[in-house]
Amino acid sequence: MSESIVIKDIVKTYLMGDTTVRALAGVSLLIERGEFTAIMGPSGSGKSTLMNILGCLDRPTSGSYMLDGAEVATLSDDELAVTRNRKIGFVFQNFNLLARMSSLQNVALPMVYAGVPKKERLEKATKALTMVGLGDRMHHKPNELSGGQRQRVAIARSLVNEPTIILADEPTGNLDSRAGDEIMEIFCELNRQGRTVVLVTHEPEIAEYTRRTVTFRDGVIVKDERREASKCSGKA
Amino acid sequence: MFWESVVIALDGLRANKMRSILTMLGIIIGVGAVIAMVSIGMGVRDKVQKSIAGLGSNLLIVMPGATAPSGVRVAAGSTISLTYKDAQAIAREISGVTMVAPMVQRQYQAVYGGKNWITSMQGTTPDFLEVRNFTLSDGAFITQRDLDTRDRVAILGSTVVENLFGEMNPIGQTIRINKSTFRVVGVLAPKGQSAGGQDQDDLIIVPLTTAQERMLGVTNVQSISVQAESPEVINQVQDDISTLLRVRHRLPPGVPDDFSVRNLTAIMATAEETTGTITLLLGNTAAISLLVGGIGIMNIMLVSVTERTREIGVRKALGATFANILLQFLIEAIVIGVTGGLIGIALGLGASYTISSVFGWATVVSVGTIFLAFGFSVLIGLFFGLYPARKAALLDPIDALRYE
Repeated sequence: MSESIVIKDIVKTYLMGDTTVRALAGVSLLIERGEFTAIMGPSGSGKSTLMNILGCLDRPTSGSYMLDGAEVATLSDDELAVTRNRKIGFVFQNFNLLARMSSLQNVALPMVYAGVPKKERLEKATKALTMVGLGDRMHHKPNELSGGQRQRVAIARSLVNEPTIILADEPTGNLDSRAGDEIMEIFCELNRQGRTVVLVTHEPEIAEYTRRTVTFRDGVIVKDERREASKCSGKA
Repeated sequence: MFWESVVIALDGLRANKMRSILTMLGIIIGVGAVIAMVSIGMGVRDKVQKSIAGLGSNLLIVMPGATAPSGVRVAAGSTISLTYKDAQAIAREISGVTMVAPMVQRQYQAVYGGKNWITSMQGTTPDFLEVRNFTLSDGAFITQRDLDTRDRVAILGSTVVENLFGEMNPIGQTIRINKSTFRVVGVLAPKGQSAGGQDQDDLIIVPLTTAQERMLGVTNVQSISVQAESPEVINQVQDDISTLLRVRHRLPPGVPDDFSVRNLTAIMATAEETTGTITLLLGNTAAISLLVGGIGIMNIMLVSVTERTREIGVRKALGATFANILLQFLIEAIVIGVTGGLIGIALGLGASYTISSVFGWATVVSVGTIFLAFGFSVLIGLFFGLYPARKAALLDPIDALRYE
């Protein structure tokens, strides 16, 4: 079983007033375990909708979505919540850290909902923060950190429950290019460790870090190309 | 998970200290008011109960003259219908009667040395002491021999002692009541004020026969106090007295009674019920303020849910289930209720203590009231927290994450 994500004929329609909007018009995609994939496309092309469905935040109108060998398109809200908790790590464009909590608490939060005992939570969170290079910022609140540092906290948070895939939605969108490159190097490193990473971006330079680019337009995949060499610096 | 939720909730409250305190204030005042009001009401009821006990238990009072259904006494010409012999007959012939004390009464001036005091002179029999729940603090009470010999002996109430003798021991002294001399043989223990605010210690007791023949020049009595064995037989005794007196007074059927039998316990039970109603009313008024406090919780929780929509979205994206979010906000509401309730209990206890010490009102704080008010405040937190918490838990994670 080497496929991480298998989606087949995914259709997603929204009702906007009287008109039905077709955000995804039959999308099929297979992402293997350990792949590093970028999803590109102009705004309104359906890439965010796909990310929501891949992230189990939303259900497709029709079609099948197998995550890690299990069908998730028909799960209930609470089952989706558990799936998000165990199998998916999110990294958002605007970080989405809780302002009142320290980095350590933010990183430990997914483990609270996973029912991990407190001591183990703190150990794992400390390890994850150290891995992203924030071992000395564990007790800082988000507003005491730079944008790049905040995104690194968010990445650490996405890792702690050992998810099947890491989904990053425009992770460098709010960062300057240097911080953006640093963040991408972290994703490269995670991928090297064997993690499946899917990221949405509209910047080709960011997509060059990956080995596969899937391009969307008007709700369908128009291009799916793989490349041998990525921009990842290798042993960083 | 539960304790995690409590910790998260406490953090949320701490983040908005002022707002949390103000919201809590509604519950604090509500719970405090319930406890203070109920303790005042119960204090009043306690006082009434004590007065009932003070009057004597299972007491019937036979008065001359008829009673119309409205309670107005009519047939004024028949007010001398009761006699000492009637009282003796009641004691002799009716079963279930333990004590009988006939009585006459008039205001007189009592004089000792240079001091005088206008008081109520009551002529009665030895049973009076027990029927009316008096006790002697010194000396002896009227005896049957005093009655037989129409002896001029007197027992003084503590108010009379104070006004005529001051600190001096009155036993063995001679006082004058309306020019007749009486020897003081006993002093009554003070009873304090009655429920109606009358001084129950402002009286002089003399033998019934002495009062009738030497002072008033009458043969009738003004009332007969009858004590029944137990509350169960009191109604039977009341009926038997009526029957007996109708026979003794030779009243043909159809002619109204020339006396009336009043059941004091029943009257006092009514008074007690009234104070109970007042307590309930006070408690309810206070409970309404508790309800308003609860609405305050709901209000602030709704604001809090709206404000933290994004936080809810993040938590949901990270795997929080419906129950996780519900619990988080519910616990926040309950924590406000519980904390407010605890402070309110302290406030209510303080208020009722202050009222009783400053205003001299008796207040009774019952453990039951405290638990009730506390339980109520927890329930209010739960009830008014449920709607906002449910609203939060039902938020769609995508919408919540997009919320600005």
